[in-house]
Formats: sequence, structure tokens, C-alpha cells
Amino acid sequence: MYEGVLQDLIDELARLPGVGPKGAQRIAFHLLAADPADVRRLAETMQEMKAKATFCQTCGNVSQAERCRICADPRRDPTSICVVEEPKDVVAIERTREFRGRYHVLGGAISPLAGIGPDQLRIRELMGRLADGEVTEVILAMDPNIEGDATAAYLSRLLRSMELSVTRLASGLPVGGDLEYADEVTLGRAFAGRRSTGD
Amino acid sequence: MHVSHLSLHDFRSYDTLELGLEPGVTSLLGRNGQGKTNVVEAVDYLSRLSSHRVSGDQPLVRQGAERAVVRAAVTREGRSATLEVEINPGRSNRARVNRAALPRARDLVGLVRTVVFAPDDLALVKGDPSERRRFADDLQVLLTPRYAGTRADYDRVLKQRSSLLRTARTRGGSAAQGMLATLEVWDERLAALGAEIMVTRAAAVEQLVPLLGKAYEAVARGARRDDAVVTYRPSFEIADLTVVADVEQALLAEVARRRQDEIDRGVTLVGPHRDDLLCTLGELPVKGYASHGEGWSFALALRLASYELLRQPGDDPILVLDDVFAELDATRREQLAELVAGAEQVLVTAAVADDVPEALRGRRLTVADGQVTPDG
Repeated sequence: MYEGVLQDLIDELARLPGVGPKGAQRIAFHLLAADPADVRRLAETMQEMKAKATFCQTCGNVSQAERCRICADPRRDPTSICVVEEPKDVVAIERTREFRGRYHVLGGAISPLAGIGPDQLRIRELMGRLADGEVTEVILAMDPNIEGDATAAYLSRLLRSMELSVTRLASGLPVGGDLEYADEVTLGRAFAGRRSTGD
Repeated sequence: MHVSHLSLHDFRSYDTLELGLEPGVTSLLGRNGQGKTNVVEAVDYLSRLSSHRVSGDQPLVRQGAERAVVRAAVTREGRSATLEVEINPGRSNRARVNRAALPRARDLVGLVRTVVFAPDDLALVKGDPSERRRFADDLQVLLTPRYAGTRADYDRVLKQRSSLLRTARTRGGSAAQGMLATLEVWDERLAALGAEIMVTRAAAVEQLVPLLGKAYEAVARGARRDDAVVTYRPSFEIADLTVVADVEQALLAEVARRRQDEIDRGVTLVGPHRDDLLCTLGELPVKGYASHGEGWSFALALRLASYELLRQPGDDPILVLDDVFAELDATRREQLAELVAGAEQVLVTAAVADDVPEALRGRRLTVADGQVTPDG
């Protein structure tokens, strides 16, 4: 145990995700030795983020305004929506630069154990965006696990009756990987989702 | 295969243990509570990443320690490999083969194969259906390690679906209607994974039957070969358990039929988690009809049959006889000893040296106060 304020900081830091007691101690000592101006900037940035960051009213992504940068960008394709679980999934897909449409962030996946059903996710908002018929393509980009699969299955049932192209991200082999090292489930999914090599 | 060296760190009662082992029979002798079973439990854990004694991992870690490590040098057809698992309760375990980390600990399953005879094996035939499902699942995991993944996924779906039904029941009204909108999604997953499990289990039981007959005949001298039979019994009427797609359809239909019942009771009533194995002697079920001795013979025969099923040319599973002789009468002891004496490696634990039959003379080690020393 360290004295007073230092221990308080360690305790606070240790509550953060991904930070254990040792990591918390390291960060605290780093801050203790750091330039006061740097520490002040860090504290201010955190406060500013908390005060200003909000969620886009359209897609639910993290934003600084009522509409996020992507939703406000007129160059993005308005006919295509990619549905994801979390804001960090948007960032991951944006890095690929493959997708030029807009996003819809659900805020999680269906999980009765965690008390999350369709009503706890931003599904009603998604249906609202699809109502006017401008959107013609929906891409479901849920995590390939039990809860993600269930969410995607629920959404595709919901969207079945609409005049839409609904697709789910392919799951399979990692690029640069070796076939022989893939686990059976991944390889099995890659097999099931194989596609024609013809044009 | 056999284990030629076993190292334990903070496993159960052991701070550290370095133990050289040999092929053939090794008996661990000592009074109760000295740590005999802990040694064989470690070998069994390495094979299935779960213990035959407890369901969680926490009791496996020595009091006050954060993690336990089990390491074993395993020789298989003349080639040796070092397998290691680090047990982190509440977090994911880590596994290494020849010091190289595996992507997932689960990939270790099946590299070592063990068959364990334990004092509570009688529950296999006389206990709840869950005992027999666990027997079938444990066997299946060693036959096809991929099955462990299917099981884990099924358990997850089952938990989610049952939680949904439970909440819907307690809330009631329109809130329940909203929640049940997702029920069909879980039905599909339950049926897809459940069908795979039922078909795999039924196939394993099918393979077991001829071996079981032979084993029972050997354990209970004088019994006819067709006396002991085990059959897979699904929780609902289904004619054929060979085609996954058909079983999946049947499961979906059954789920639909029981819908109201499930909603009223708030539990998942259909699926392989409610199936059973039916053990019969002659025409009569073992449970409720067989004598204590017959029950034991049947349980031993089930273990022996799974041992035979897991055998591959030149590669026997490791046999563990954990405190089992104290439970058996003299005749069954001798029978069992005779049957297993030829196995590549047999690890025996017993509190009383005289309980171990002469046929399993082998090498004897004394376990006392967490120390393992060669006998006398």
C-alpha cells in the first residue's frame, strides 16, 4: 500500500478494463514522474471527451455532433447500411476502406443472460431508417459467435419481407494463414461459404 | 502412450512435485488425504482439460496460489513430447506442446487419452442421467476432440435460451411477447447443435455395444455375451439418429410442439441435455433391477469398453484406477486386475496395499505429506 493519493489513483486505474493491479501501479508512477503539464492535458482531455462525446442520432456511433462524420458525409452511399454491434467495429471496418456506405450501431448483441433483447438494441431505429425505401442493401457484420449469430439470424428474419439485399460477412480463413493450422470450426465455415472461381 | 515424467506446480496439495513414471503398472499407496488421487487427477486433467472429481477449476489450484501448472513428458510409439497446461481459474487456461504455445488450450484435448475408474463409477449405472451423458460426452471428446467445441457452443445456447424462457415467464404480458420474438432464433441454434450432438453420441454408443458385451462377460464370469447392452435414449420419440439434417428437423418439430409447456415452466425441455443412456442386463434396466454387484460389473464393463474403443494400434490410452479396489469384492478385483494388467501404463491409487491384487504388483510408490517416494 502506498500513501494516500497515490494509492487512490492506483485503485481508480485498476478499475479500468484491461488494467490489472501491476499495470495500475506502473501508470501511477509514470504519472508521478511526468511533467505536470502533460498530466494536466491528460486530465483535461478525459473531461472534455466525457463532456462533448455523444452518440450519432442516426446511426448510434460515437460522435461530437448530432450526426456523426460518416452520416453527415454526402459522398457516402446512402443506399447501403452496414449493421455492427459496437462503435469499435465501425473503426475496424473503416480501416479496410472497402465499404462506402453508412453504418448502424446496435449497441451490443442479443443475449438473454445479460438481459439484452431486441428492445435493448437499436433495432427500432434501424427499421426507421429502412422505412423510406432509399436503402437497398443491408450488410450484417456481427461477431461470429453464439450471440452474434443469433442477432444476425433475428435481423435477417425481420428483414426477409422487405425488398432488400441482406448479406452477412463471410467467415473463414485468415489471410496469410496456413490451411493446415486452421481449427475445424473455422475451416468448416470457410467450406460452407466457398464460392465459385468463375467470373 | 505413457507418461514418463510428471511435474506439478501449485496443483491441489502439491507445491511442487517431480515424479518419474514408467510404463506398466505403478501403484500410489498411502493413507487418505495424502495426495494420491491428486497425482492421477493431474494426468486425467491433461487429457480432457477437466477433472473427474470436480466441475470447476478453482479447487485444482493450491490454496493461496494464483495458478497451477501440470506438465508431462508423454511417450507415444517411441516418440516423446512435453505437454503443459497452466490452469487459471476464472480466466482462460494456457497450453503448450514442446514449449510452443497452442492458440487455444482446447487444442490440447485428446493428445493424451486416459480412462479413469473411480469409486463413484457406480453412479454411471445407478445415478442420474447426467452421469451417463457426461460419460458419453467425455468419451466422444477423446474420440473426436472437435466435439468439445460443439458441446461448449450447445451449452451456451442452452443457457441463453433457458434464460430467455425464465425471464419471459417472470415478466409475463406484452414484455414476454417481445422477448419471445427471439425464441425462434434460439430454437434454430438449439436444433442445429443439438442434432449434431445426438447423432455423434448415438454413433459412439453404437460402437460401444459389442465391446461392452465382451467386457461384461469378462468381468462377471458366466454371463452371456449379449447380456449387457447400452442404448442411446433421446428425450422424445425419434426413429432414426443417423442423419444430422433429419434429427435437426425432428428437434425443431418437437420444440414447436412443446412451446407452451416450455413457456409455462420457463425451462428448455427438448434437446440432448435431457437424453439418457439406457443400460440393460438381459431384458431389465440396470437401474432399479440389478444387484449392487451386477451394477458394479456393468460400470466396470462400461469403462473397459471405452478403453477398448479408444485403443489404437500400438497406442493404448493410459488407465487410471483411482481408489477403486476398496469398492469391489475379491472376485471382481481379480477379474479387473487380470483384464488391465497388460495395458501400456496403469496408474493405481489405494489406501491399503493389500487391496491391490497380485496381478497388478508393479512398481509401488508411497505418498505421504505431499511427498512421493519409492516403496521400501
